[in-house]
Amino acid sequence: MRYIDDSVVMKRMKTRLNRNKGWKALFLTGTLFALLCLVILLVRIVTQGVGYLDWDFITNFASRRPENAGIKAALVGSIYMMCIIAPVSMILGVATAIYLEEYAKKNKINDFIRMNISNLAGVPSIVFGLLGLTIFVRALALGKSLLAAGFTMSLLILPVIIVAAQEAIRAVPQEQREASYGMGATKWQTITRVVLPAAIPGILTGSILALSRAIGETAPLVVIGIPVILRFLPDGLLSEFTALPMQIYDWAKRPQEEFLYVASAGIIVLMLFLVIMNSIAIFIRNKFSKRY
Amino acid sequence: MKKWKYLTMTAVVGSALFLAACGSNEETGDKETETNTATNTGSETTNEEAALLTGSVSGDGSSTVAPITEALVEIYFDEQPEVKVSAGVSGTGGGFEKFIAGETDFSNASRPIKDEEKAALEEAGIDYTEFKIANDGLTVVVNPENTWATDLTVEQLKEIWIEDGTDKKWSDIDPSWPAEEIVYYSPGTDSGTYDYFDEVILDGEDLESSAQLSEDDNVLVQGVAGDKNAIGFFGYAYYLENTDKLTAVKVNGVEPNNETIETNEYSPLSRPLFVYVNNAKVKENEAFYNFMEFTLNNAGDMAEEVGYVRLPDEMYQEGLKTLEGLK
Repeated sequence: MRYIDDSVVMKRMKTRLNRNKGWKALFLTGTLFALLCLVILLVRIVTQGVGYLDWDFITNFASRRPENAGIKAALVGSIYMMCIIAPVSMILGVATAIYLEEYAKKNKINDFIRMNISNLAGVPSIVFGLLGLTIFVRALALGKSLLAAGFTMSLLILPVIIVAAQEAIRAVPQEQREASYGMGATKWQTITRVVLPAAIPGILTGSILALSRAIGETAPLVVIGIPVILRFLPDGLLSEFTALPMQIYDWAKRPQEEFLYVASAGIIVLMLFLVIMNSIAIFIRNKFSKRY
Repeated sequence: MKKWKYLTMTAVVGSALFLAACGSNEETGDKETETNTATNTGSETTNEEAALLTGSVSGDGSSTVAPITEALVEIYFDEQPEVKVSAGVSGTGGGFEKFIAGETDFSNASRPIKDEEKAALEEAGIDYTEFKIANDGLTVVVNPENTWATDLTVEQLKEIWIEDGTDKKWSDIDPSWPAEEIVYYSPGTDSGTYDYFDEVILDGEDLESSAQLSEDDNVLVQGVAGDKNAIGFFGYAYYLENTDKLTAVKVNGVEPNNETIETNEYSPLSRPLFVYVNNAKVKENEAFYNFMEFTLNNAGDMAEEVGYVRLPDEMYQEGLKTLEGLK
């Protein structure tokens, strides 16, 4: 008895292979299209901006003359802001995720909270800007300060970090927890010594993506009213400041064409900043994932 | 191996950026002084011997006025490096909102304050003073290929820009013009430029609804430059930077240029640019008074440098007198 009819298989083989090729070509075009867009964008930005990108550009304040314009205030402001956003959002985010995954009981209220956090991740950033303006800038009277902007940005990315951390914690096999309990460990010991180390690569990946978003967001800063024109560096948490995307946005709107090139140079600095942040994250992640 | 190269490279670039960020203040300050002495010599500087002030001044408002403020802040830094002046660019309306909330000391505006804003300030108990710091000619532009509509009367501008429920063609305005549909480009409704145009041309009627609105005037420039049938309007500085791509429309036979705008011959579209100050804050904050004095002394030069038109000198003197009265 023959289970496989060779001639039928041979006849269909061609169409199957072709179908495979077709799909492969489609997926490849998809990938290449995204890459092509990125390359075009990069080439355009770099060719426009590289002429203005030099040491003076980094050490000068903004100027009315494009050739003197620099990004010092914005770069320092963004770095300081990141120093607030990263700890605030990661501590709050990971804590929330641990609570929801390890401690919270499965009931309607907690389900409701979970659902809302996922929904919050899709709220437009400008809404968070309005929230920050009402709560931090006006109600808590923080003004247009580093702290107010940092908190607003933390709120903006918090849902993303929570969701990512939840996924990472959930991915730790239940057996590992049970093994830990079996050895006599308490719940807290299990969380700090078993669950978190195993979940850290996932948590970091999500957090870094979220932090990169925070560094590039303009809308909430515009709503809060962060100034663009200033010639001083922040000297404390309540000091006024400006940030990279605000400065780039301001330059891009100028009538003089040269300022468009200055804006491109600013974009290059912003991108380098992102690359550095991401590399640090990849480095930490690789270090931790080797242990398990 | 590859990974290591990647990491070392990023580490080097990273530390370079970070060090740069922490670079010293004095260095840049010196350089600025060098480049700016040339522009400073012409104008009077009243505070040369004055002691160094400290304090902070914050403002917000029109993005049209912003380049002048930026230039002023830049050269003011050489005189009073310890005074922290900051200014946002939320637009005239957005700036007034913060001014009314008492969050800012001064507010830049590319149109006079509105009645409802006056009322809100009164309610908040804020006394304010208006200063004119420069002139701008709101320029109506068409594509260079447009050879017919290069000299329009105010009546024709009204006819073109006011929404009447139909799709307008150039031939509807003047039968000798081509029967092609007009394409509109206008600044966004939160800008003072829009408000000013609304007041002097539209007279409260609705703007043509097919108009493409943009907060970014460069988008308007590109739009008009790319379409033969397009018409748009924006600040004179944007026209000045794009004279090769655009034709400025004469209004009632007068072409917008430095002279016609300064003498107000380019009427009704030449408009003053304003700074509104909070009287109480002028009184209590010496640094703010000093900055405003500096502003009125240097606004003309700086306005010209960034593409606007200076006011007659008497007006700055008048402003200085008013300011003195506030102290």
